[in-house]
Amino acid sequence: MTGPAAAPDPERPVASGGVDRRDFLWEALKASLGVPIALGVVRVPELCGMQAEGDEEAERIYGMGIDINKCIGCGRCAQACKNENDVPDEPYFFNTWVERYLIRDDGEVVVDSPNGGLDGFPPYEDEGGTLRTFFVPKLCNHCEEAPCVQVCPVGATFTTADGAVLVDDEYCIGCGYCVQACPYGARWFDPEEHVARKCTFCYHRLARGKVPACVEVCPTSARLFGEVGHRANPLARFLRFNDIQVLKPHLNTKPKVFYANMDGEVR
Amino acid sequence: MPQQVTRLGIAFAVMAIVFVAVRQRLVPDTFGEAGHYRAAAADSIAAYPLKYAGHEECTLCHRPIAEERRDSNHSGVSCEVCHGPAAEHVAAPGTVKPPAPRDRGFCPLCHGYNAARPSGFPQIDPVAHNPTVPCMTCHDPHAPEPPVIPGACRACHGQIASQKAVSHHATLPCLTCHEAPDEHKSSPRAVRPGKPDGRDFCGTCHAEDAISPSHIPRVNMSTHGEDYLCWQCHYPHHPEAS
Repeated sequence: MTGPAAAPDPERPVASGGVDRRDFLWEALKASLGVPIALGVVRVPELCGMQAEGDEEAERIYGMGIDINKCIGCGRCAQACKNENDVPDEPYFFNTWVERYLIRDDGEVVVDSPNGGLDGFPPYEDEGGTLRTFFVPKLCNHCEEAPCVQVCPVGATFTTADGAVLVDDEYCIGCGYCVQACPYGARWFDPEEHVARKCTFCYHRLARGKVPACVEVCPTSARLFGEVGHRANPLARFLRFNDIQVLKPHLNTKPKVFYANMDGEVR
Repeated sequence: MPQQVTRLGIAFAVMAIVFVAVRQRLVPDTFGEAGHYRAAAADSIAAYPLKYAGHEECTLCHRPIAEERRDSNHSGVSCEVCHGPAAEHVAAPGTVKPPAPRDRGFCPLCHGYNAARPSGFPQIDPVAHNPTVPCMTCHDPHAPEPPVIPGACRACHGQIASQKAVSHHATLPCLTCHEAPDEHKSSPRAVRPGKPDGRDFCGTCHAEDAISPSHIPRVNMSTHGEDYLCWQCHYPHHPEAS
């Protein structure tokens, strides 16, 4: 700082390149914020806490209620689902199926589901020593925190604004990660299309104001359908008047299929 | 501007253009509009064709049968449970006729005896129950009633009733020992029937000083069976001979 050419402000030290440190930091801050915004990586509305969606569909979250005490194990739900959704007839492709639980006096738990319950359940050969026995209908739980959605590498499986977990069969690459990730065994691999498939809550029926096929045909109203959180619909009433459990709550998947009167042995 | 900077600039520009072009080509049209997925996929799934029309559609044309069913024991059973998916029939009523199952294999899907079914649900043993006769001969599926209505308790507790019928307690009505409120018939699990609460109840017939017919076996209520309750050793629906 000895040359006469430089006439520095004694308060502000100037770097040798001629840019002062304060200006440099200010420009750097602006650039660090501005570049990502300009590139569209960070969306401004989200940054400001505004939600981009704002459509009314987000206020409707679908869910299903299942009353174990009412299920007679007729398997009509599984049959209707295969009819409605063109699920192959082979006995290992199911969007929904019915399991039969048998708990013996000694605590042994036997679970069977011959052909998903479609053809009925054969009577037990030995009914002696039966402590409890009952049916449990199962299907995709349309989890709020769905593991299958998290693992999909291409975004082919997704949660819609109304809470249904769906598969985009045009975009699915058939890697099968989601089939492995589902803790409820609710997904299966289509042998013809080579894509993952699953229960859609009969999304095409909901779009036309109808209930899912399994709910439509359930002869004892063991299954019912509605919206979570709204008071005036069958599901809300079901949730108010029953002791409710979900499957595998410890996994924090937040299922939207709710079971009433479910035994502690059900997995 | 130095040559190196110009070349670098051109290289960056080319890379950016290639990136944008490739991305434009690979990312589907509606991807990211509603989330990390193709928004159009939800619409295409919603456009799948219906197979099950729903019972409301059936009612529009088949009103008499729908009303008959609505007031019957099958009021909750949707038409398409038995008649199968009927959307095609709704679209072309004259040409597509939904099937009506008449074989004996179909009704037992719901009504065949199975231990896992809720107690109270009407069940039969398909092998023993009027073999070879089609179910519809006796039961109208649109308004089913049992031809002979079973006794109140026996309707659901058939196994106990059959056992009691061959026991020494055969002549005792269930209500001798059990209090069964009417609500128990409609909500069998929520409202449960009462049971005797102590040894003295059995003693009203079986105590040495009981006022009852003399052929009834007697015990000394103060010494017999120590402090155990009677039904911890004797099964009241089928008590062993004395």
